[in-house]
Amino acid sequence: MLANNTAVVIEGVNKHFANTKALRNLSATIQYGQLTGIAGPDGAGKTTLMRILTGLLEPNAGHATVAGFDVVNNNEAIHVVTGYMPQRFGLYEDLTVMENMRLYARLRGMNVAEHTELFAELLEFTRLGPFTERLAGKLSGGMKQKLGLACALMARPKVLLLDEPAVGVDPVSRQDLWRMVQALTDEGMAVVWSTAYLDEAERCDTVLLLNEGQLVFQGPPEELTNRLVGRSFRLENVGAERRAVLAEVLNLPSVSDGVIQGAAVRAVLRKDAQVNELQQLANRVQATIQEVPPRFEDAFIDLLGGGPGGTSALAERLPKVELASNIAVSCKHLTKRFGDFTATNNVSFEVQKGEIFGLLGPNGAGKSTTFKMLCGLMKPTAGEAHVVGLDLRKATGAAKGQLGYMAQKFSLYGLLSVKQNLEFSAGVYGLSGAKQRQRIAEMIKGFALEPWLNSSPDSLPLGFKQRLALACAVMHQPPVLFLDEPTSGVDPITRREFWTHINGLARKGVTIMVTTHFMDEAEYCDRVALLHRSELIALDTPDALKRSAITEQCPDPTMEDAFIYLVEAADLADDLKKQGGV
Amino acid sequence: MKVKKFDLKRLGALVYKESLQAIRDPSTLLIAFVLPVVLLFLFAYAVSLDVRDVRIGVVQESNSAPAQQLAAAFASTRYLNVTMAQDRREVAEQVVSGKLRGFVVIPQDFEQRLHSQNGLPLIQIITDGSQPNTANYVANYTQGVIQNWGAGAGMKVAPAAIELEPRYWFNAELESRRSLVPGAIAIVMTIIGTMLTALVVAREWERGTMEAVMSTPASVVEILIGKLLPYFVLGMLATLGAAALAIFVFNVPLRGSLAALLFLSAVFMIPALGQGLLISSVTRNQFLAAQIALFSGFLPAFMLSGFLYEIDGMPAPIQFITWFVPARYFVSSLKTVFLVGDIWAVFWPNLLAMAAIGTFFFVLAKRATRKNLEG
Repeated sequence: MLANNTAVVIEGVNKHFANTKALRNLSATIQYGQLTGIAGPDGAGKTTLMRILTGLLEPNAGHATVAGFDVVNNNEAIHVVTGYMPQRFGLYEDLTVMENMRLYARLRGMNVAEHTELFAELLEFTRLGPFTERLAGKLSGGMKQKLGLACALMARPKVLLLDEPAVGVDPVSRQDLWRMVQALTDEGMAVVWSTAYLDEAERCDTVLLLNEGQLVFQGPPEELTNRLVGRSFRLENVGAERRAVLAEVLNLPSVSDGVIQGAAVRAVLRKDAQVNELQQLANRVQATIQEVPPRFEDAFIDLLGGGPGGTSALAERLPKVELASNIAVSCKHLTKRFGDFTATNNVSFEVQKGEIFGLLGPNGAGKSTTFKMLCGLMKPTAGEAHVVGLDLRKATGAAKGQLGYMAQKFSLYGLLSVKQNLEFSAGVYGLSGAKQRQRIAEMIKGFALEPWLNSSPDSLPLGFKQRLALACAVMHQPPVLFLDEPTSGVDPITRREFWTHINGLARKGVTIMVTTHFMDEAEYCDRVALLHRSELIALDTPDALKRSAITEQCPDPTMEDAFIYLVEAADLADDLKKQGGV
Repeated sequence: MKVKKFDLKRLGALVYKESLQAIRDPSTLLIAFVLPVVLLFLFAYAVSLDVRDVRIGVVQESNSAPAQQLAAAFASTRYLNVTMAQDRREVAEQVVSGKLRGFVVIPQDFEQRLHSQNGLPLIQIITDGSQPNTANYVANYTQGVIQNWGAGAGMKVAPAAIELEPRYWFNAELESRRSLVPGAIAIVMTIIGTMLTALVVAREWERGTMEAVMSTPASVVEILIGKLLPYFVLGMLATLGAAALAIFVFNVPLRGSLAALLFLSAVFMIPALGQGLLISSVTRNQFLAAQIALFSGFLPAFMLSGFLYEIDGMPAPIQFITWFVPARYFVSSLKTVFLVGDIWAVFWPNLLAMAAIGTFFFVLAKRATRKNLEG
């Protein structure tokens, strides 16, 4: 590459806020005509780096130049040569699509009347043409991001910086964003895409991988992934025993990381480790072992020293769940309407005891509404729902006592200490006296919370915060556990540890209901219910869902491919029905 | 690369955007047009007050013993703060300049009137009608003093003999709404200027739109002016509306000129907007901004501006604080322009004070708003 193809130069950049070091001695370059991913878990320093590159923050030490301009000394020029899309939707929700675009065009010094062809082009490019008069606040998550992109592209910046553009965007819209970004890099623009999802990073031409403010890898994602060639294996068809097998696999000294993939278990060997141990285990459980292509996420975890072990100290301590019926959760014709809008339409399914049941769907598909009705937080308009045989309409209180609930943002009390949070949860679920003390002691041991007892939950590392939230939800030993987007914004290692606990709980017979937008996580589920436009469009095992999406172009679909395929197929069927009706 | 620090086209785009938002947000219109009407009605009909230590003059035209005794009775009461005079012209000027709230004239023929039974009023009381509550208070209390004095002196003073002949200056009908309604305009302007501005700027920070706008070539000055200009116009429109309401519905006379009223209001918008801007730049959070605007903008304008409570009736430390409340200067100017006329000798110091406080706020706000997300 020629030196003049370099769009961004970052040299020894340090940035700290009060006590936290956001970036430590970071040096990197970004090229024109390439899609560069800035990847890493939440809190790794991605947004700080993006803001430094757009001149919105100043580094405490070091320099950065964008398109040849220093971000501090030539701040005004930075705003001309860069287009920036902040992580949060930064446009005016009370202005229409067109008004927002005009505003940004004029702020960037364009004469709106003279640039009608650019507007037409951008509208065509983003497929927002039919919605120009719609208020931005009324757009879907995906369309908002496309509008943000259109506004950031006004006056053709040389460097386009997108801060987590795919957050809150369903896989279908995400495809669109990828397509647009691809077209822009082909024209020679430097596009920077930050993300916490490593499967997104894997699609970039080159990646800056951050962890705790440090650059841990820079280069094409394949380069990192290739380090795992010959170390990635899959134990096929372990079926019903896969959770027990995964636990054993993870406890092998030669294995650094492992996950469940449908009916199979995927394992990554430590560097220079032999496959013997894994082979023996496979023989013992009568599974076939197969070498598979490595994945970027596995490589990232390997880079950080491997994943957690396979045994959940917590689940070990819990008694086996006994239920009168084998059906833990069920709903029949469940419907919820808000005025004219139907959020959940005629949804029915049954969940077996000890099953991990996933609810998936694009934004606004009705996941949360369905979920809230199932755990008694919302009353259905029609239909019924039962938890461990209790009717949620009549025995809401009793049913709630039988379930544990972990909300999206952990919902811990920042002003109470860790110990007080535990005591509060125990109290809420009616545990008192010796029993309360004993359960709290179990949680502290099971989750290794001892060193943090007197700290505020806010000061805990993310992983411990998550453990605490889970401890609060399972303290009363509920037979059914509801998890609402439990791992959004959590780094992959913490996420694996979390699933170790969940797998352990499921093996003890706890029924797990989970909503997630991580397609990988859907793989941990026994069965997945796919909701779209308020209706249940598919319900099956992850493997069966993937099989249903096999096409000529896509012989080995991932969970995400299957998701896109099924949603598009449902839309197509809807359209046909409408046309047939006319 | 040279980028213009100030560009009218960019400013135009920002002003246009802000105007669209203001028009589409029902709460903005509610605050700008409905709230003033509610407040004006409230102040016009539902407020009553009490005062102590009122400064009045006693003009003792007669040197007779009873006249001297009555004058002494006035001087000894702790509710009044008496300035003695021999000639009514001395104190009349002080009432006009606001140093006294009224004066009592003990006429030359006081002794004769006292003893005669022909029903002539004993004394004359003149009060400052632009402070109707005080005026009422002065009138009533003076009556009480005379009756006490009469009883104490063992004189049989027939009630008829102490009949007063009150004359209220500036506000002849002594309607409290005549002085409250002009003052209420200051409250309305404070709400629009400080509270609304603090909210809308904080909203940009909160919703993340500020980050997006800051990443464009628009400069801080453009962003701030683009934010303030529409609210300045809105404030002026609300002033016009409130003034129309005052004149045509509450029958408050506008003795000064409309131009003076608008000029005063425009200058008052400087500290009001500056304060709102400062609050929002520091807090960047709508809830906090609203709280701070309430405590530092609305409440002082309400309580410390001389709108409801007379500044002269306040303890000295509080009086000192009022010097830093821009609404104080505006309320005084408003009362003058409505009830007295275009008295530029009163306006100029007020205008200067408002402009000075406003400039101070703007300098601080500009410092607090740098074109980045630091701090």
